[in-house]
Amino acid sequence: MNIHGILAIYRFEMARTFRTVAQSVAAPVLTTSLYFIVFGKAIGSRMGDINGVSYGAFIIPGLVMLSLLNESISNASFGIFMPKWAGTIYELLSAPISWGEAVIGYVGAAATKSVMLGLLILATARMFVPYEVAHPFWMFAFLLLTAVTFSLFGFIIGLWADNFQKLQVIPMLIVTPLTFLGGAFYSINMLPPLWQKVTLFNPVVYLISGFRWSFYGIADVNIAVSIGMTLGFLVACLTFVWWAFKTGYKLRT
Amino acid sequence: MTLATPNPIVCLRGIDKTYASGFLALKNVNLDINRGEIFALLGPNGAGKTTLINIICGITNASSGTVSADGHDTVRDYRAARATIGLVPQELHTDAFESVWTTIKFSRGLFGKAPDAAYLEKVLRDLSLWDKRNAKIMTLSGGMKRRVLIAKALAHEPKILFLDEPSAGVDVELRHDMWRMVRELRVQGTTIILTTHYIEEAEDMADRIGVISKGELIVVEDKDALMRKLGKKQLSLTLRHPMTNIPAELSEKSLELSEDGQTLVYTFDSQKEETGIADLLRLMSKHGIEFKDLRSSESSLEDIFVSLIHQSNTVNS
Repeated sequence: MNIHGILAIYRFEMARTFRTVAQSVAAPVLTTSLYFIVFGKAIGSRMGDINGVSYGAFIIPGLVMLSLLNESISNASFGIFMPKWAGTIYELLSAPISWGEAVIGYVGAAATKSVMLGLLILATARMFVPYEVAHPFWMFAFLLLTAVTFSLFGFIIGLWADNFQKLQVIPMLIVTPLTFLGGAFYSINMLPPLWQKVTLFNPVVYLISGFRWSFYGIADVNIAVSIGMTLGFLVACLTFVWWAFKTGYKLRT
Repeated sequence: MTLATPNPIVCLRGIDKTYASGFLALKNVNLDINRGEIFALLGPNGAGKTTLINIICGITNASSGTVSADGHDTVRDYRAARATIGLVPQELHTDAFESVWTTIKFSRGLFGKAPDAAYLEKVLRDLSLWDKRNAKIMTLSGGMKRRVLIAKALAHEPKILFLDEPSAGVDVELRHDMWRMVRELRVQGTTIILTTHYIEEAEDMADRIGVISKGELIVVEDKDALMRKLGKKQLSLTLRHPMTNIPAELSEKSLELSEDGQTLVYTFDSQKEETGIADLLRLMSKHGIEFKDLRSSESSLEDIFVSLIHQSNTVNS
């Protein structure tokens, strides 16, 4: 196993984060703080509890997921897209490194950044809204699993994209709407029965529901289904990345 | 064309490459590169030089055929094969926001080597980059960026170094520095494969020459042997009195008269025992053709290259 190769990629990517700390960390923390001020404090104080949880506390898992998904996709897609765009990908392609090792380096770094950011947002939330974490192990497990899965998804977007517009189009036009409609700000039980059924086709529902369960012990869908759906998406992403490296999709001519 | 050597460090067999567009970039390329040699691959733009290098390095997939590097198949045993290869690409692809030191550390790690600051320092000093080690690559000149790419390629101590058009766009000083470094690397045992448009450099540096045209390797030959075999020697005689035409008795000789009738050029094979010069001078004297000056010249590698490509194009058409 090329441990030095994995570490080289991992350190390179982490260094990029710390070089662009305002963009990578400060911006999402500020955005999320604004959500807490507007929805948690200003509007939340006028709304009733949901399943016994104050509205301000209820939206915390959803807001963390919102940032986690966006940052995981953004970091990982940028990580592999930039070498392709700048032409430095030749070095990765000619290096004695397997697809799995390259993925551990790139996705590992993107997921690390996302988890750090998720924890930072949780700490920030504490300054605005009091909350408890009922199942800390599962909370961290969901955080990690989601960060890895969506970093892999971002990696795929970075492989597929051959210009900056393509890099942005899926996160902006698909992931963000799915996250907003995935129960970040409401319980799906608050929707009309038909929309409750429709919303189950949204994979983000399972992530937010499972993550919220780890905080408050309440969930819109079964926790096992949440974990199963996330793992299924993880396996699908891994399979695609394996195929992409094997065939050279968008990498080798 | 196949040129088998006893213990090649790079071995290509039956390499074909057809791109998705249908463009046939390489046709049945067979080639052995000897250990420790400097091999120059020459060819016009679009001949397939970079495609061939990219296939050996793992950047491009061959449509068929096999490649081995230092005895390792580049597909089945890609780790061992790629660990032996360093590549300096034609384009200046660099991580603009990284420092020189960070980027070469990254390259060494990527190729599976443990950190070795002393070795990397030596590489940077050899390339006159040590003073720039903390500079961001985006602040460097084109020539300096080229040096950084060479440093990156050498960071993992490769046995085989590919230099794809390394002289493109660099000034004379850097070019000389680079070729000095290439010679030093060869002395240390590194095998060097280069492509260049500066044919005089290939003539000066290379042990062997390969000429590729339209995806086919048309010549692989020891440089000196190639120059001897295909090189021509010419004797130019500046006449005392201009001539209008060559006398019939001399017309069987390989002679050309310049347009102004002032110069007679005799082309001969310098390898033959009998060059025919004495006979030519005797006949000229017999016909009262006097000359006031004479000089001889030999074909350069460039002349040979142009002639080979021309022949190849004629055959193909």
